[in-house]
Order: sequence, then C-alpha cells, then structure tokens
Amino acid sequence: MKKKLLSAVIAGFMVATPVMAELTFSALSYRTGAYGNNGIPFADGYLDYFTLLQERDGGIGGESIKVIECETAYNTEKGVECYEATKGEGVLSYSPLSTGITYQLIPKVTADGIALHTMGYGRTSAKNGQIFRNVFNFPANYWDGASVGIKHLLDINGGDIKGKKIALVYHNSAYGKEPIRTLEELSKKHGYELTLLPVDHPGQEQKSQWLQIRREKPDYVLMWGWGVMNPVAIQEAVNIRYPMENFIGVWWSGSENDVLPAGAKATGYKALAFHAVNSDFPIFDDMKKYVVDAGKAAGAGDQVGTVLYNRGMYNAMLVSEAARTAQAIAGKSNISQADMIKGFEALEMTDEKMAALGLAGFGPSFSVSCENHGGDGMVAVAQWDAGAGKWNVVSDFQASDMSVIQPLIDEDSGAFAAENKLSPNCD
Amino acid sequence: MPDQLVYAMEVFLNGLMAGVLYALVALGFVLIYKASGIFNYAQGVMALFAAMTLVGVMEGQVPFSHLINAVLGTKVHHFGWHLPALIGIVSTVVIMVVLAWLVQRIIFKHLVGQEPIILFMATIGLAYFMEGFGDMMWGSEIKKLDVGLPQGINLWIDETTYNIFDYGFFIDNLDIFATIIAAILVGGLVIFSQYTKEGRAMRAVADDHQAALSVGVSLNFIWIMVWSVAGFVALVAGIMWGTKSGVQFSLSLIALKALPVLMLGGFTSIPGAIVGGLIIGVGEKLFEFTVGPLIGGATENWFAYVLALLVLVFRPQGLFGEKIIERV
Repeated sequence: MKKKLLSAVIAGFMVATPVMAELTFSALSYRTGAYGNNGIPFADGYLDYFTLLQERDGGIGGESIKVIECETAYNTEKGVECYEATKGEGVLSYSPLSTGITYQLIPKVTADGIALHTMGYGRTSAKNGQIFRNVFNFPANYWDGASVGIKHLLDINGGDIKGKKIALVYHNSAYGKEPIRTLEELSKKHGYELTLLPVDHPGQEQKSQWLQIRREKPDYVLMWGWGVMNPVAIQEAVNIRYPMENFIGVWWSGSENDVLPAGAKATGYKALAFHAVNSDFPIFDDMKKYVVDAGKAAGAGDQVGTVLYNRGMYNAMLVSEAARTAQAIAGKSNISQADMIKGFEALEMTDEKMAALGLAGFGPSFSVSCENHGGDGMVAVAQWDAGAGKWNVVSDFQASDMSVIQPLIDEDSGAFAAENKLSPNCD
Repeated sequence: MPDQLVYAMEVFLNGLMAGVLYALVALGFVLIYKASGIFNYAQGVMALFAAMTLVGVMEGQVPFSHLINAVLGTKVHHFGWHLPALIGIVSTVVIMVVLAWLVQRIIFKHLVGQEPIILFMATIGLAYFMEGFGDMMWGSEIKKLDVGLPQGINLWIDETTYNIFDYGFFIDNLDIFATIIAAILVGGLVIFSQYTKEGRAMRAVADDHQAALSVGVSLNFIWIMVWSVAGFVALVAGIMWGTKSGVQFSLSLIALKALPVLMLGGFTSIPGAIVGGLIIGVGEKLFEFTVGPLIGGATENWFAYVLALLVLVFRPQGLFGEKIIERV
C-alpha cells in the first residue's frame, strides 16, 4: 500500500512539474581558509547578482538561473575537485577566482568544451583567443595592471620616470610573480630601476622587506599581495612613514579589508581598479529591494557596495551578459556550452548597455573577439580616504601599453601552443 | 662604521623583537606540552579565537548574530556598547577559562591514558572545530584590534642612533611593548610554577601523572588550569599579532612560526621558548639581510626550519629540552 502511494505521489509530481530549462553557472568560491575574508564578499556579490536577475527579471532571456556554489578554500586541488564534481551539471562557464586553479583548469575546459572566465587574474596570455579558445580574461589582466601602474607614475611625473627607483613587494607565488616580466620590460623602456621584494605566504611577517625599503628609499612601491599580506604591508608602510600616495597596490590589494586595520594613516594609499569601488549606482537600489530586503542575499547583506562585493557582482554581470549575447547569436534561450563560448567571444560592453543595467560608468566599455579574449585592458587608479571611509577613483580608465605587452602575450601563448601542439585559429 | 654593519645592527635588533613575538606563540605550546604531554595543534587557532572574542566583546558584537538573524529573521548585530580594553581583556580571559574547562570536560577527560598521538589528533579536531565555531560566533570578516598599544617608529631610538651612526634605526613601538609584556609574562609564569602551590602541582603532574595523583593532586584541575594559562598566553599573542595585521583567519597560522622555535628551544622549557624565539628571529632576519638578496629573497620561512633542524642534529631534545631516557 505504501509503495503504491509513493509511486502515485512520484508520478503525480512528474506530471505536475513542467520541464524547466535552466542556465547553470558555477561559483567556485572560498568562504573558509586564510583568504576567506576576501572570498566572502566576492562570492556574495557574484551570487546576489544572479539572484537579482532571477527575482527581478525571472532569469536571463526567460530562462531561470541555477548557480552551483562549491567551496575551494583557495586550494588548487579542491578547485579541481569542484570542477570535476560539477561539470556534469551542464555548467555554462566557470569563474575559479584563483590563478592556481585557473592553470589546472585550462586543459580540462579545453577538452570538455566549457568556457573559463578569469576576470583580473589567471593566465595573462589567455588574452590570445586564437590559442586559448575557451579561456577569457577580460576586462583586464595583470600585465595591463602593471602597465597602467607605470603609466600612472609617468602621469604624475610629467612623463619621465628615468632614474626613479620602484620596488615591487609581491606574494611569492605564481600570482605575485605575474607582473615581474612586464615591469622589467617597462623598466628598459622608461629607464627606472626595479627592486623585487618577495613575501612568503601568508605574509604576516614583512619586517625585512620594509626595513630594506626604508634603507633604499624607493620613490614608489608597487604591491601584488593578497590576504593578510596586504594589511600588514600597509601597516608596515605606515610604521616606516613611507608616503602613502607613492604606494600602489594591484586590484587584489585594494579592498576595505586591506586598509581598515591601519586606520587613519592609510589615507592616500592607492590601488588599481578595473571597475567602480563604491555603491553610487542605481543597480544597488534593485539589489536592496529584490535581494537584501527580500532576505535572499547570499551573505548578511552588509557587504553590498564594498570593493570585493562589487567585483563579484561585476563578474556575474559580465557572465550573464555573455549568456544574453549567446542567446541572441543562437536564436534560442536555452543555450549550450558551445553557444556560451560564442557569447563570450562576441561580448560587447557599451556605455549604453551599462547604463541600461543601472551601472553607468561602473566599468569601461570594451569588446571581446576571437583574437582578443582580454578586452581592452582599461584600468584606473583609486585612492583610499580613511576619513570618509571609502575609495575614490582618482584617474580615468586608461589602456595598457600594448607595444610592450603584446610581444609578451605572443611569446607566452606561442610557447603554450608549441607545448600542446596547437595552431592558432579562429574557425 | 660601514653602512652595511650599521644596517646589520638594525636588522639584528628587529630580529630580536620578531623573536619575542614568535616566542609568545611558542609559550602556549610549551605550557600545555610540559603539563600534559599534549602537542596542542590548536594553539594558533586559540590565539585567533581569543583575539576575535576580545574585539567582539569590546565592540559589543552579538555572538552568532549571522546565525540568529538567518534563523529568526531578525537584524541584531550589536549590543550598542564599546567597552574599554581592560574590561574586554578580563572578559576574554574569563571566556578562555570557560573554553579550557569545556575542552577538558568534553575532550581530554575521556582520553586520559591514551597514546600521545591520540591526544594530538584530538587537538587537530579541536583546531578545525574552533576555526568554524569562531567564524560562526564572531563572523569571518577582518576586524581592527585597538587596545591602545603604541605603534610605529620609536622616535627616541631613531634620533639617538642617528646621532651615533648617522642613520636612525627603526624599531616598532609595538615590538618594544611586546618585549616588555613577554618579559613580565615569563617572569610571572616562572614565579607561578616555582613558588605557588598550584604551580608546584603542575610541575608534579608534568613529572609523573601517577605519582601526582597518588599524593592527591587533581589532574582534572591542573589540566584546566594549564589550558586556561595557555588560553591567556594565546590572548596576549593574539593581541600583539592582531594589532599588526587586523584580526583574521591568518592569525591562526602564526603557529607555523612557533614550530621552529619549539624545535630549537625544546618543547618543555619556558626559557627555551624565549631563547629559541630570539635565535630564530635574529637568524632568519640576518640570513635574509645577508644571503637573501643573492638568492632571490623570501628566505625567512624556510631558513627558520633549517636552523631548527641543524640544532636537532646535535641536540634532539632542543637547546633546553629535557633529555629523554627510556629503558627497554
């Protein structure tokens, strides 16, 4: 009797439930571990944007959205496990939020025909879409960041930084080493002297590096840090009374988490940014109405508008716009993984589109193509104001120096192609 | 005097200061190991938990607020008070004592007589539990810790050394303060263990559990007391490191800095932890200063372990550890 009843219930459920197509995305996030306090706001922003689209618009192009979150703890092995565990769900694109995981996933997504979007991290030479067909790293990469950092120094020095001393304090990992080659090439072009100061994980103790900076008095310090390394470096800079306006971090060293522990003396510290760093945008009204106040926020809702929350939200917006583009190209709403790659490759973010999304001026306009998977590499500089407790963008978005970067991209992607017996193509 | 020698002197002094901070972490390990033979893997997490609790209490944060709000649909976050540091510290000490009682009652009471590896595994479990419990209780966002400790360059040392060497040394006021605190702490611990009834009981338990039990020493009480003192030491370490970097998960990783100190100084010696910390601090800083630039830098993490291993080759019990003689 029980079996019959159960069968009837299941049969009834199957008949009553319409077959719903879903656009499935992955969120390889980290809310635990040494970098969890930075991973949480990013993950919240990423998930909240998809929730907003679902609640306000009913999904993307009429299709409901499913996001599978998987905890990586910023651990490469766990990230790969997450990929293997979720790829069978028909995931349209992955955003692994880790350079280490990115390197491991590149061959896997290529074999599986799934898109990999690494926004502001990952393998820089993936900008060459003729080699890295499934990998996208728009709107900016580390080499763009290094180049725009130097451009900013040129701007504030009347176009001449010859003979200046620049120190790079970097996380002693694949991520932290990414800008070195670019900075070395740029030093040949502009005549500055580069000093490299690696900091081992996690970066809690940096006395040696900052004593060296105090002795050698570099004119500028650039930083490629993450996690606890950032606030410690900023505190040490304050301690040795290094001029904060001459200290510039990459975008992963430019969140509230990095500057708040140093208090008022962190004022003036600069960081690169490829998107807006505050909450003065109409989209946040919708975010409050449909997500936070509705009790559907991924977190406590207290991170909305912070730098890392904005970045996660921006990442989700770009992925969803790529999906929308893919739907337009395919002429159907229920797109496949192959359609999604085409959507990424044809993505065009215009000022009009950003304004329509409630994000006018949030990020630069750019376009993606088969040849260029990295966008236009537009980066701005933001500066921390401890008194007001907020970041202010203090420069225009400007493009990187492709005369230096393009040969490096060609060289690195060419080496990858030779190693993997790939030939460039856009077919 | 050559510039490099003057710089080396500055590096040496900063190494001593860094060593004191390492020793503060190592002390907690030594206390528990000395009294119970347990290598407490959770000592770093205890420092994190203590610092999180201190900030939470001082700032009037509602414990488990995220959980409460998620379950009940409320929006409670703060009690609305900001307590002075001293009250915050005293309250945190009380919480650490309660934690010690719970650890003893729930975990180690049931593991008396077990192999050391079992006890060690239990502390691994405790560490992972406390990581999650602390996050759930106080949230995992980075927190600013300000108990009024001075920070930044010591101007007197800067000016004095400038007048002598034509180069002003950088010494962080926080490091000087940490050194004074560590000296008081070690002095207090030595007096406690040598001249108080409880301290002598602790040493008796450390020497021989069975013999101590036979003369009426309560093993239960001693272990709670030792875990409480280790919790207090963790709080001090958490305050010093948390003031430098903000209170966040990475604070628990300072335990990695204590391991070479313990290997070098010995697991059972309080003076060993201090001397070991100073040797490691000075050694790694001078090595980075002299050899680091030649081999690409970032030598400090691994050099500390190399130094400790070199000592182990000649003195397996560490510089100050007790020589273990086991008869077959």
